[in-house]
Amino acid sequence: MVAKAVWRPDIKELARIEGQKRPVESGHRLCAGCGAGIIIRQIAMAARKPLVWINATGCVEVATTIFPYTSWNIPWAHNAFENAAAVGSGVEAARKKLARVNRFDVDPDVELDYDVIVLGGDGGTYDIGLQAISGAFERRHKIMYVLYDNEAYMNTGIQRSGGTPFGARTTTTPVGKVIKGKPLFKKPIMDIMVAHGIPYAATVSPAYWNDALVKFRKGFEAEGPAFIHAFSTCPLGWGSAPEDTVKIMKLAVETCVFPLYEVVDGEYRLTGPSVSIAKNPDRKKPVEEYLKLQGRFRHMFKPENKWMIEKFQEWVDRQWETLLKRAGY
Amino acid sequence: MVVQKSVSQTMMALNGDEAVAWAVKQSNVDVVAAYPITPQTIIVERISEFVHNGEVDMEFIRVESEHSALSASWGAALAGARAFTATAANGLALMWEILYITASTRTPVVMAVVNRALSAPINIHNDHSDSMGARDSGWIQIYSEDAQEAYDNTIMAFRIAEEAMLPVMITLDGFTISHTLQNVSVLPDEVVSNFVGIRKIPRIKLPHIYGEKEIPLMLNPKYPISFGPLDLFDYYFEHKVQQNEAMKASVPIIEKVHREFAEISGRSYEPVHMIPYKTEDADVVLLGLSSTMSVVRKVVDELRSEGKRVGAIRLRVFRPFPADMIRKELSKISTVGILDRSLSFGAEGGPVFMEVRSALYSSSSKPTVYDYVYGLGGRDLPPKLIKKAFNELLEAREEPEKPVIKYLGVRE
Ligand SMILES: Cc1ncc(C[n+]2csc(CCOP(=O)(O)OP(=O)(O)O)c2C)c(N)n1
Ligand code: SF4
Ligand SMILES: [Mg+2]
Repeated sequence: MVAKAVWRPDIKELARIEGQKRPVESGHRLCAGCGAGIIIRQIAMAARKPLVWINATGCVEVATTIFPYTSWNIPWAHNAFENAAAVGSGVEAARKKLARVNRFDVDPDVELDYDVIVLGGDGGTYDIGLQAISGAFERRHKIMYVLYDNEAYMNTGIQRSGGTPFGARTTTTPVGKVIKGKPLFKKPIMDIMVAHGIPYAATVSPAYWNDALVKFRKGFEAEGPAFIHAFSTCPLGWGSAPEDTVKIMKLAVETCVFPLYEVVDGEYRLTGPSVSIAKNPDRKKPVEEYLKLQGRFRHMFKPENKWMIEKFQEWVDRQWETLLKRAGY
Repeated sequence: MVVQKSVSQTMMALNGDEAVAWAVKQSNVDVVAAYPITPQTIIVERISEFVHNGEVDMEFIRVESEHSALSASWGAALAGARAFTATAANGLALMWEILYITASTRTPVVMAVVNRALSAPINIHNDHSDSMGARDSGWIQIYSEDAQEAYDNTIMAFRIAEEAMLPVMITLDGFTISHTLQNVSVLPDEVVSNFVGIRKIPRIKLPHIYGEKEIPLMLNPKYPISFGPLDLFDYYFEHKVQQNEAMKASVPIIEKVHREFAEISGRSYEPVHMIPYKTEDADVVLLGLSSTMSVVRKVVDELRSEGKRVGAIRLRVFRPFPADMIRKELSKISTVGILDRSLSFGAEGGPVFMEVRSALYSSSSKPTVYDYVYGLGGRDLPPKLIKKAFNELLEAREEPEKPVIKYLGVRE
C-alpha cells in the first residue's frame, strides 16, 4: 500500500530543501550532462527521513568518491558490483532489529530512523545484480532500489548490458561490417521487478522532475520494497551533447521509448506526458527524433540500415501497446 | 584443552553444527544471513527454529545465495549490528569476492565454516580446501578440534572480531564434527551474554569533518561516513599495509579473549595459537589442524608406550599465523611432519607445509619438514597410517629421504 495523499512538490520549497540537504557536493567527477547526478539529487529531495545510501559499483560510485575524498553528505556505502541489494537487505534488517530493541535510544550520536536506498546501474541491475535484487524483493525488505539506466557499462568503457537498446553501438557491440550494434532488445526489467509483487514500481525520466519526485516519494513510503527505473542520459557513452541531456530525457518519453508509469500493488497507471500521448496518439513522436541526437545510433540512419530504425520503432510500438492495455486504455 | 575449574554448565548432547547454533543463540547476535549447504545446514536449521520459536530476538535473512549472505552480513555490521553467517565449500568459494571486501573494510562479521571439499568433483565430505583457499583473504582463522571447541570458538569469535575490527572465521570439520554427537558443556545464557556483551560500536575521529568529536563508526545519518570509496595507487598500498598490521595487532586480542573465556568456562586452549602435545623431549612431531589431531594424540600415546619419542602440535589459529611460536616450539625438533588436508596445486606442498617450512627457514636450527597430504574429500585417516607417518619420520631422522611431499591414504 502506498500513501494516498499525493505530494505536490513546490519548486521554491525544493530549492530550500536542496540547499539544506544536498546529498552530493560539487566536485564529483560525473561527466558534464550526466543524468545520474540529477537522479541522485531528486532522490534526496523526495526523501522525508534521513537516508542510508547503498551504491553498486559503477560510474556513480567511482565518480563520487576517491580516497580520501567523498562527495557524499549522507551515510553511504559501496561494497561490490552485484550485491548492493543484498547489502541493503542487511542494513534494513539491522536497522529493524536495533530500533526494535531501542539499542541506541540513549546514544544521542546515533539515528536509526532512516530509509534505505540502493542505487545501481543497468549493469548492476539487469545483469550481474539481478539475483540479489530478486532475493531482496522476495524477502520484502523495505528498501527502495533505484536503477539509473544509462544503457551500458559506462564505468568500464561503454560495454553492452541487458539494458542496452537494439542497434546501439557499444564497445562490445561495435558497428561492424556484418553486425551493426546490438542485435538484441532491452530486457523487460520493469516486468521482471513487477512480477515480484512488490508494492511499488515506477519509471522516471528526471526531465519531468515533478513526476520523478512524486514517484521517489511514493517509493520511500511504500510498505515494502520499491523499484524505480530511472532514465539516465550518458553523453559520453551515447555520443550526445551534454546540453541535450534533458532534451533526450524528454524525447525518450515523447517517443514512448521510455514511457512514464507506475505500478501500485500490481495496478498500472500512466503518468506525466505518457497520459496525454495515450489519450492523443498523434502526440507520439517518431523514434528518429530520439535516435538522431545520439552518436550510438548514427549508423542506423545510413540508407542501407534504415530497417534498423523501423525495427526499433516496431519494438517501441509493441511495448507501448502492451503498456496501454495494462493501464486500461 | 585444559579444564581449569568447573562452573555451573549444562551438559548437552550436541553435534558440532548444533553447538555453533547454540553459541550464536547465546551471543546477542542481531542479524544472521545464511544459505544452507551440507554439512553446514544444521546450523541454519537450528537458528531457524530458535527464531520461529521466539527463543532469540534476531533478524534472520534467508538470503538467496552465499554471496548475498556475506554481503547482507556486511551491511548489517556496518549498520551497527552483530552479524553472523555460516557456510562450507562451494558457498565459501561463492563468497570469495566479499571475503576480501569484508576484511579490507575492517568489518567484524563472524562466520562458521564447516570444512568441506571444494568441487570438482562435487563431494560433501571433509577436507580443508575451502578455508585454506580463503587463507589470504584477511580473515582471522581459528580451527576447532571438536564440537565443544566449535561452541567455545564461536563465542570467542564475536569478541575477537569486534575488538580486532576484523572478520573471524571459525572452522569445524564437516561430518566428523558437524554431524557427530558429543557431550558439550553449555554455559548459562547470562554468562555468555555478559561475556560477549552487546555489540559496541567503535568511535573514530574524522577531524577535517567532525573536529575532535569521536563519532560512531557505522552507517548513521547523525554522522555520515562514506564506506568503500574508490582508492587507487595513492593510498591503496598504505591501506593494505595497515590491514596487515591489524592482523598482527589481533594476536594479543586473541590471547586476551581466550584467557577471559577460560575464566568463565574453565576451558583454556593454552597457548592459544597452537597446542603442543608431548613435544618437550620429542624426536619427531606431526603438526596439523582440527579433529584429526585427537587421533594423532592417541597414536602418540601408543608409540610412546613403545618407547618412541614422538609428539604432536595442533595448530588452532592459522591466521594470523603464529610463526614465532612455531619457530620456538620446533627449534629442538629435528624432523617434522605436516598434516595437510588440502592441496595448493602446483606448489611444493600443502598450505600448512608451506607456512611452517617458510617460518622455519629463518630459524637457526632448521628441522627437516615433510608434508603428508591426507584426507581429501573425506578420505579416512586411520591410526595405522598416522603410525606409518611417525615411523617414516623417525627413520628419516637417521637418513633424510625424498620426496618431501607424500600422500597418506591415497591409492597408488
Ligand atoms: C564482479 C565484477 N565484475 C566486473 C566488474 C567491472 N565493472 C565495474 S563497473 C562495471 C559496469 C557498471 O555498469 P553499470 O552498472 O551500468 O553502471 P555505470 O558504470 O554504467 O554507471 C563493470 C563491468 C566489477 N567491478 N565487479
Ligand atoms: S560516463 Fe556516462 S554515466 Fe558515467 S559519469 Fe559520464 S555521463 Fe555519467
Ligand atoms: Mg550503465
